[in-house]
Amino acid sequence: MSTSTLNNSSAESFTQAIDHFRELYGNHLPAQKSLQIDAAAVFSQLGIPTTKHEEWKYTSLAVIAKNTYRTVNPSDNCSLSKSNVTSLALTNDTLLYVIENGKFNASASNANALPKGITVGSLAELAGDARVQAHLMKHADFSDESLVALNTALTFDGIVIIAEAKTECATPIQIAVVNNTAGEALNIPVRILLIAEKNAIVNVTETHHSFGSKSPVLVNVVSEVVIAEQARVNYIKLQDEDQNTCHVNYHKVNMARDSYQHISTLTWGGGLVRNNLNIRLDDVNCTSYLNGLTIAKDYQVIDHHTVVDHAMPNCYSNELYKGIIDGHAQGVFNGKIFVRKDAQKTNAFQSNKNVLLSDDASMNAKPQLEIFADDVKCSHGATTGQIDEEALFYLRARGIGEVAARALLNHAFAADVIEQIPEENLKSALLDRLTARLNA
Amino acid sequence: MSEDLKILDEVTNSEYKWGFVSNIESDNAPKGLSEDIVRFISAKKNEPEWLLEYRLKAYRHWLTLTEPTWPNVTYPKIDFQDIIYYSAPKAKPTLNSLDELDPEIKSTFDKLGISLEEQKRLANVAVDAVIDSVSVKTTFRESLGELGIIFSSFSEAVQEHPELVKKYLGSVVPYTDNFYASLNAAVFSDGSFCYIPKGVRCPMELSTYFRINSAGTGQFERTLIVADEGAYVSYLEGCTAPMRDENQLHAAVVEIVSHEEATVKYSTVQNWYPGDKDGKGGIFNFVTKRGICLGNKSKISWTQVETGSAVTWKYPSVILKGDNSVGEFYSVAVTNNMQQADTGTKMIHLGKNTSSTIISKGISGGRSQNSYRGLVKIAKGAVNARNFSQCDSLLLGDQCGAHTFPYLEVNNKSSKVEHEATTSKVGEDQIFYCNQRGISTEDAVGLIVNGYCKEVFNQLPMEFAVEAQKLLAISLEGSVG
Amino acid sequence: MLSIKDLVASVEEKQILKGLNFEVKPGEVHAIMGPNGSGKSTLASVLAGREEYEVNSGSVTFNGEDLLEMSPEDRARAGIFLAFQYPVEIPGVSNANFLKTAVNEVRKSKGLEPLDSKQFLKVMQEKMKLVEMDKTMTQRSVNEGFSGGEKKRNEIFQMAMLEPSLAILDETDSGLDIDALRIVSNGVNALRDGKRSFIVITHYQRLLDYIVPDHVHVLYKGRIVKSGPKELALELEEKGYDWIKEEVDSSVNA
Repeated sequence: MSTSTLNNSSAESFTQAIDHFRELYGNHLPAQKSLQIDAAAVFSQLGIPTTKHEEWKYTSLAVIAKNTYRTVNPSDNCSLSKSNVTSLALTNDTLLYVIENGKFNASASNANALPKGITVGSLAELAGDARVQAHLMKHADFSDESLVALNTALTFDGIVIIAEAKTECATPIQIAVVNNTAGEALNIPVRILLIAEKNAIVNVTETHHSFGSKSPVLVNVVSEVVIAEQARVNYIKLQDEDQNTCHVNYHKVNMARDSYQHISTLTWGGGLVRNNLNIRLDDVNCTSYLNGLTIAKDYQVIDHHTVVDHAMPNCYSNELYKGIIDGHAQGVFNGKIFVRKDAQKTNAFQSNKNVLLSDDASMNAKPQLEIFADDVKCSHGATTGQIDEEALFYLRARGIGEVAARALLNHAFAADVIEQIPEENLKSALLDRLTARLNA
Repeated sequence: MSEDLKILDEVTNSEYKWGFVSNIESDNAPKGLSEDIVRFISAKKNEPEWLLEYRLKAYRHWLTLTEPTWPNVTYPKIDFQDIIYYSAPKAKPTLNSLDELDPEIKSTFDKLGISLEEQKRLANVAVDAVIDSVSVKTTFRESLGELGIIFSSFSEAVQEHPELVKKYLGSVVPYTDNFYASLNAAVFSDGSFCYIPKGVRCPMELSTYFRINSAGTGQFERTLIVADEGAYVSYLEGCTAPMRDENQLHAAVVEIVSHEEATVKYSTVQNWYPGDKDGKGGIFNFVTKRGICLGNKSKISWTQVETGSAVTWKYPSVILKGDNSVGEFYSVAVTNNMQQADTGTKMIHLGKNTSSTIISKGISGGRSQNSYRGLVKIAKGAVNARNFSQCDSLLLGDQCGAHTFPYLEVNNKSSKVEHEATTSKVGEDQIFYCNQRGISTEDAVGLIVNGYCKEVFNQLPMEFAVEAQKLLAISLEGSVG
Repeated sequence: MLSIKDLVASVEEKQILKGLNFEVKPGEVHAIMGPNGSGKSTLASVLAGREEYEVNSGSVTFNGEDLLEMSPEDRARAGIFLAFQYPVEIPGVSNANFLKTAVNEVRKSKGLEPLDSKQFLKVMQEKMKLVEMDKTMTQRSVNEGFSGGEKKRNEIFQMAMLEPSLAILDETDSGLDIDALRIVSNGVNALRDGKRSFIVITHYQRLLDYIVPDHVHVLYKGRIVKSGPKELALELEEKGYDWIKEEVDSSVNA
């Protein structure tokens, strides 16, 4: 693997930021001290990847180099209150928590009626908890992921959600991650840890928004999701920031036997968005659904990298990613499926479908299968093209105008991903937001 | 049925049967690579100054390059100073008739089942036979010449048609293209040259048969095929090598130019020695093959059946420059034992309404690793371009690996790219069904695998298709537990 | 010819056949009927030698030989033919190619010379008429894209080609319309020659209007619980299986 780096002031400035941090605040999380020191060393060695790196072939981070970011720190104050964030709640009953510039904002959060067995709180406060220590920074491997290393080194807060064994929480828990700027460029590390213990069922929604002065932001999110035996996690990521935002995230899911996870990543905001989802089916009989949607326009670059890693036998995974790319936007999809030697009787499927609406739009897809077991059923399909001309003609022949017909078809194409979401209230809330986005 | 099964029966018990060494006296260059060696090769071939310059430029460029490491293969580092870059059978300088051909060479090709005797017209195929570094015999030259078709060894073409060679050499695969293409441009020794003039449909299959014979040699042949406007040619390439414990390097370059409304069909049955069961010996097959569709409605079609080589690294590609041009790639890649293959294609769409089809069938057995790597690129100006790709992998054991790395890059809205891939094993229910009809498991697997490859075999000329099926059976031997 | 004694067999550790006894003599046609899940298809699979089916005890002899010791292909070569309930698709392998391989394997096992292409073609054309099969079907891949009826006809065509001494028809009538049923049955009847035996497994009596059995057996809970002449099938059609179930269940409980 190439270790080519941007080798510019930007990477250095991050390294300096890390050093500066340590001077000012010591190690932010005492219990994770040695991991954070290691991560700092890894980052200064790896730097920011360039397009020569196979994993970054289609997405250039050069935009980061253009800005000099100030890294947010524990002494930054939160300024948002409940009234600022009520519109962010996806549903009426949602349990809303706010992370403002990387910091857990308790006063803006709406923590009413948290069901028994569910713990939600500031990562800074809970980092010493034994359950948190067992998992935090242990799953998102930073040894060859420089941005994960950067996040790990700089993390000082975030959110922890723990669903204790047998807890069923039907109410969605929403983490609203807000970038709130006041005229300066910010580098914001965000850290999320979700632990679903044995037999627990939990719905989590992670939404991303921009507030304030529309200054450039680098938001670097690392989420670790630990799913114990027979636990079920439904997870939604909605990325709806302004176009001054460069959003990179790494989402690691570790699945124990007989567990289930369903994750949907809906990306329609942000200037440059890079998602790295890594689902590890680490024991037998796991079921994983991995869906994603890109709606891109203007000069947006939206990149979905996914890894579905089958380590053990008798697991099932299904992946559906769709993209609608307009304007000068660029879409990227790289979906890897690994079926390791022991993962016999694996069923793994992947589908990637994209529509280009403009001649200046582009789509780069790299679906990838790596199979080391023989008794498996795996397939992937990828298509890129226009919207279905036959369908368009059919609608027009029924008297629907071309513009309306195209809108209808685009909506139907995109809605397909949201329709897969199992939770009804969230599904309909997201379909409404999709309509708004497509009409914008 | 079935010739297939009879063939299967016939061959299932044989090992690599092309592994004999012929006792042909050869004239070798000293081991190693330097400007002197490049000059030596050029002088041996009595080449014009411009060609020597070309070689030297390529050599100097090569020195600046490092070996690529991105393919999904691992092999010991190659010592480029431990290779003989030129080895020629010692023969009479010119051959007036077949009788003057070294009988040992003739018998080598007889053993390989390739007739060099024109009177025994083997199903209408003209053959250029290449042993180690040089072409030893090209058949049917005269009768093809009457149609204006030039079919000769590369060295002869340099002497007889320097203007054509100069015009097209490196025009599709420049010497700067990649590490092995640069190396080839510096030291290529011989190969085939073929030119089909305007409007001529070549009446027979043209074929080159490559044979590595000498120990310690590398083979660096270069093939150049030019089909002028409206021309058609079907070209076949076969390869074998003796069984040796050492690894031998084969780094060929094939360039195809297809002008307006011309069609070139290029078929390969690649059966270089794959090494033994434990991965000892075998050929490193690092080949650059590329064609360009220059004009309106040009067409290039690659068909390959890859059963040999210890390590294969090869992506026959098409640049679809002309509007309405067509590129095709049909491939069966079989790996068994310790073989590794990283193969696929690139379809670069530049012209309007261009279309390409990719059908790739990978079969892995033993402890082998089989990768498909393909690029479909639709440039912004390639409006209404179409691509369809189907990449299937079949696994015949739990020690092997199958990998698919497709890159799909689309830069305009009117084009459509579709890619499908599946991975599966031979179905137990299929085998049982065959068993219930009295067919043994081994035969059933042969039958099913040949059926799986049918789409690709159908693209091959008849004799090649039969040979391909035989090879498949041999290559898969012992892969089913 | 076929003798099954106290056969106990299971699949995935679940016992399906629980001491089955059954005898077939040359030339006889036996119908095996029974409600769903009674073990009919398991019996067919055990006789053909499907690996997932484990024989726990009992014996099966075929022409004096221990059938259970033989591989599936050896059973086929010895003359057992199974018309599959769900014939499998084999892409890229033409029907003709497939059958020529099979026919010559069977011939080889009998010490006969293989048929050459010309002889084979002749035999094939003859037998195709039996099931009113379209010529193009022999060139198509085995069962690929065949309709349900075509698949079943193809099974009977293969049977005609392979000339088995014992044919087992596993729910060959399922999913067939009346025309296809007639064609399939005509094919089967044409192959009744007084020496060849048949085991016709079916859920419905309808098929037995066309293929008239010598004996009818009812399989229930892994045993043959009632045997009778062909009229038994009519009785079952009329009254259903409940009375038999009751009879058996009550005697077990008693």
